[in-house]
Amino acid sequence: MNTSLSWIKMYVPDLDVTAQEYTDAMTLSGTKVENYERLDEHLEKIVIGQIESIERHPDADKLIVCQVNVGAETVQIVTGAPNVKVGDKVPVVLDGGMVAGDHDGHKSAEGTRIKAGKLRGVESKGMMCSIEELGSTREFYPEAPEYGIYIFPEDAVVGESAIHALGLDDTIIEYEITSNRVDCYSVIGIAREAAATFGKNFYPPQVKATGNSENAADYIQVKVEDTELCPRYCARVVKNVKIGPSPKWMQRALAANGIRPINNLVDITNYVMEEYGQPMHAYDLDTIAGRQIIVRRAGAEETFVTLDGQERKMDGNVLMICDAEKAVGIAGIMGGENSMITDNVKTVLFEAACFNGTNIRLSAKRIGLRTDASGKFEKGLDPNNAQAAIDRACQLMEELGAGEVVGGMVDVYPEKREPVRVKFEPERINDILGTSLTSQEMLSYLERVELAYDEATGEIVAPTFRQDIHCTADLAEEVARFFGYDNIPTTLPSGEATTGKLPFKMRVEAVARDVAEYCGFSQGMCYSFESPKVYDKLLLDKDDPLRRAITIRNPLGEDFSIMRTISLNGMLTSLATNYNRRNKNVRLYELGNVYLPKELPLKELPKERMMFTLGMYGDGDFYDMKGVIEELLDKLGMRKRPEYDPKAGKPFLHPGRQAEVCYEGTTLGFLGEIHPQVADNYGIGGRAYVAVIDVLNLLEFATFDRKYTGLAKYPAVTRDLSMVVPKQVLAGDIEHVLMQRGGKILENYQLFDIYEGAQIKEGYKSMAYTVVFRSKDRTLTEEDINGAMKKILNGLQGLGVELRQ
Amino acid sequence: MSEGSIKEKLQGILEHAIADIEASDALDRLNDVRVNVLGKKGELTAVLKSMKDVAPEDRPKVGQLVNDARMSIETKLEEAKAKLEAEFRERKLAAEVIDVTLPAKKANVGHRHPNTIALEEVERIFVGMGYEVAEGPEIEYDLYNFEKLNIPEGHPAKDEQDTFYINDEIVLRTQTSPVQARVMEQGKLPIRMISPGRVFRSDEVDATHSPSFHQIEGLVIDKHITFSDLKGTLEVFAKELFGPETKTKFRPHHFPFTEPSAEMDVSCFKCGGKGCRFCKGSGWIEILGCGMVHPHVLEMCGIDPNEYVGFAFGVGLERIALLKYEIDDMRLLYENDDRFLSQF
Repeated sequence: MNTSLSWIKMYVPDLDVTAQEYTDAMTLSGTKVENYERLDEHLEKIVIGQIESIERHPDADKLIVCQVNVGAETVQIVTGAPNVKVGDKVPVVLDGGMVAGDHDGHKSAEGTRIKAGKLRGVESKGMMCSIEELGSTREFYPEAPEYGIYIFPEDAVVGESAIHALGLDDTIIEYEITSNRVDCYSVIGIAREAAATFGKNFYPPQVKATGNSENAADYIQVKVEDTELCPRYCARVVKNVKIGPSPKWMQRALAANGIRPINNLVDITNYVMEEYGQPMHAYDLDTIAGRQIIVRRAGAEETFVTLDGQERKMDGNVLMICDAEKAVGIAGIMGGENSMITDNVKTVLFEAACFNGTNIRLSAKRIGLRTDASGKFEKGLDPNNAQAAIDRACQLMEELGAGEVVGGMVDVYPEKREPVRVKFEPERINDILGTSLTSQEMLSYLERVELAYDEATGEIVAPTFRQDIHCTADLAEEVARFFGYDNIPTTLPSGEATTGKLPFKMRVEAVARDVAEYCGFSQGMCYSFESPKVYDKLLLDKDDPLRRAITIRNPLGEDFSIMRTISLNGMLTSLATNYNRRNKNVRLYELGNVYLPKELPLKELPKERMMFTLGMYGDGDFYDMKGVIEELLDKLGMRKRPEYDPKAGKPFLHPGRQAEVCYEGTTLGFLGEIHPQVADNYGIGGRAYVAVIDVLNLLEFATFDRKYTGLAKYPAVTRDLSMVVPKQVLAGDIEHVLMQRGGKILENYQLFDIYEGAQIKEGYKSMAYTVVFRSKDRTLTEEDINGAMKKILNGLQGLGVELRQ
Repeated sequence: MSEGSIKEKLQGILEHAIADIEASDALDRLNDVRVNVLGKKGELTAVLKSMKDVAPEDRPKVGQLVNDARMSIETKLEEAKAKLEAEFRERKLAAEVIDVTLPAKKANVGHRHPNTIALEEVERIFVGMGYEVAEGPEIEYDLYNFEKLNIPEGHPAKDEQDTFYINDEIVLRTQTSPVQARVMEQGKLPIRMISPGRVFRSDEVDATHSPSFHQIEGLVIDKHITFSDLKGTLEVFAKELFGPETKTKFRPHHFPFTEPSAEMDVSCFKCGGKGCRFCKGSGWIEILGCGMVHPHVLEMCGIDPNEYVGFAFGVGLERIALLKYEIDDMRLLYENDDRFLSQF
């Protein structure tokens, strides 16, 4: 919403503030000013001058030399403008003055200083200006010539400020109006707030009764079939209409609000729409068949040609304005071509109605046509405002001599909207705000915005234009706004002390972050939605359950259309981004949810599972990645050995370099090298490794409890086991034997050498372990050790392992 | 053998030994001297062995003489050894000088995402003030995302232009506020909680927009909570987050689920409020929305608005991260370029 400050001042004449003061105070009282623009920025020393004589320039065909009376003196100005003649009154920037733009309409950031000088050898002192040089356009000054100097009307006073005469001594204010304050989408509404903010009197327009002795009801009948979608319909008639330009003051006011002046009739409806926030429509009454207006829902497949010439398809929820035979407008959105006002119009039917805001909003969206009018209607207007607006329009028609207003109004208003009453409870207002205001103080603030106190009932009566007032909290806000949010004290909540804490899951996530970072991984963030094509990139089977993803009904495009069921795509995309940018040795991790539906289509909320995803390329291999997982488990107090199952069955991983990670029989996640085909699909050169751990599965085992178990008192005995092992036997298989057969005295074991090659027979590898035995309560004897070793060796023989000599 | 000749002999051994010790320039040489003089076959040991030839009455005296000589030699040996060792260490140290300006061997610790750093800051502040941290689902019922927050059917805030819908009942949450409703419904009072999390709006990706971003919701419900408590709490928050000099400004605003509602600005931490390019000349930066929980919302979540009141606030995490770390393009947060992440 934009208004000019001068329009506000029409209703708050005592307002005497700078644009900055206005901005600050209005923002603090709740009418947020986003921005303001002074129209006279970079316009200095510009007066109305009159051309007294014109001579040809002696040395230039396209230039003329003018003597211009600027009031105090007559100056010589050389110009190339083609449109001036002797006697014309024109804007003149005097020597040393400044203009805002050039005549092509380009504004310069700092303005352009005009100095006396010579043009092709002839003195020129000042410059005559086009409207563009004055920083505006023909759109808002339609009377200005297309090329050339702006010419004032004859009654302009020589020597006076041209800026003032053009209404450029004004400031355009841009507001951010919140959706609850529908009344502030109007100049009157903002003026009321301005008056309240600065404690000045508010003078709304005085609407006089208008109309001749005839009755509008003799011209038009109105029938509203759907009063839910149209709570009120007001119609008035103006005859003997004379179309012509509207007066300058009205044009200026509209231009300031960004509306292009067109003619008196259109300008009046627009003016009233801005002033009252009530959109109006004007029909050529002679096009209305049967002199009858019917407000009804459109037929299912009805089409309609709007006044922009477009044919549009309706549906049964769109409200139409019809005459006895046909539709003549889409209610609240746009009129029809068939009832459009032309320059030959004789009799005009004015419509000021109130439509259901939600219906207008949804209709405008479905039809794909959002207009100034629908933008206002969709906020839900006050039906009581419609009459004020239509009367104001008729008054302006009469005052501007644009036609003869017919008496009376046709008004279909079955259920009158009554003011809301809220019990006035000053102590509760103080309780909400933390203030200690008296009821008198509160009432004085409320009165400023016409929230009247009914002493008889002890209630505050909210006018119907204040649709946001329903309860004490609403009144508290009104009081706070004019008392000043800044004047409310600052305190801290009292009452029962509470303990601040993080939930267990978030503590586990914090450990995961720490471990990942210690291990050199930096945290990334990935989107939750992705493309269904991701599953092909990851080589998932056509019937892989991970393909059962939740689809967004209105996505930003296919690439963002499903909720991810696997976290790898984000990680691989990020690794690829880094790879493409030639970043070396990249290690990333992410903590983010995947979304697993219980059934599709979705009936209840899906399972959201937090995934700890690690990815890297460059230095490091499978075992580095495995190390990160084991560090994590260790820091989470998960001190048992995790198991690694090479048959993880992940199609996106290297078939021989992948493992599922299990802990106490629960699958925590997986790790592995990215399948070269997948790496190609993402454009990652070289080997990349990933690990994905389901954080919720960690929660079952993670603990922050620690117990000290004492330091060993008795010596350890170590034995080295040097073996020749069949190639297919895994280290895990051997360790399984060690663990199962080593007995209580087995303290630890460690692989210290692994070798395949020349000295080892075909199909075998050499492996060497150090095995450590220790007892908690005594020194071990040779028999203890030999017994344990024997059991171990027996077990190993079962795997086809031979001891090396 | 007479006492005199032995004395003479000892004197000779002693002088010889001392000369040898003084001539020794290494520990092994010194050891040679020890062996030659004091060893089993050493000269002094030989003298001791010849004691049997000394008259018994002279033996104590001679023994004393031998011992004296041994003591003298041993002392000399110790002194010489200490000196040599000190010299040796000196030489070793001198030889071990390193170039301390050579590159460090770093553990290459990774870096935390700026969003998380900002989040942890905020969590630290509120946990310190006794707030619990709570989480809620990112895919949420329309009921919690809108209806229970006083945003009924047909409200413009529900417009599909902003909200990603799964179906009529289920949406991608557009705000963390539904966690408010869920926590209130659990009915454990009083409540002091913050709820950080991911939210979604249907905005195309550009330098200042992302279809997915993060918010932190705050909620306090108790018996005597006032708007002035809200102001005080958020003022503490702003000073903790942006520095003790930070000033706050509350402006009236509108949110469906709070009344009265406000937006909080903080004085620009770049220019201190004088006005700069960063704060677009105003000296203030808009930071969060807040207000007193709307009585309808309390009611809908099963809390008696006549007994309990409360306040709520919502902060955009990215907004804080972008401002605090002067990141000029939101897309950087989701690209995960190592050169970006390493700066935090």
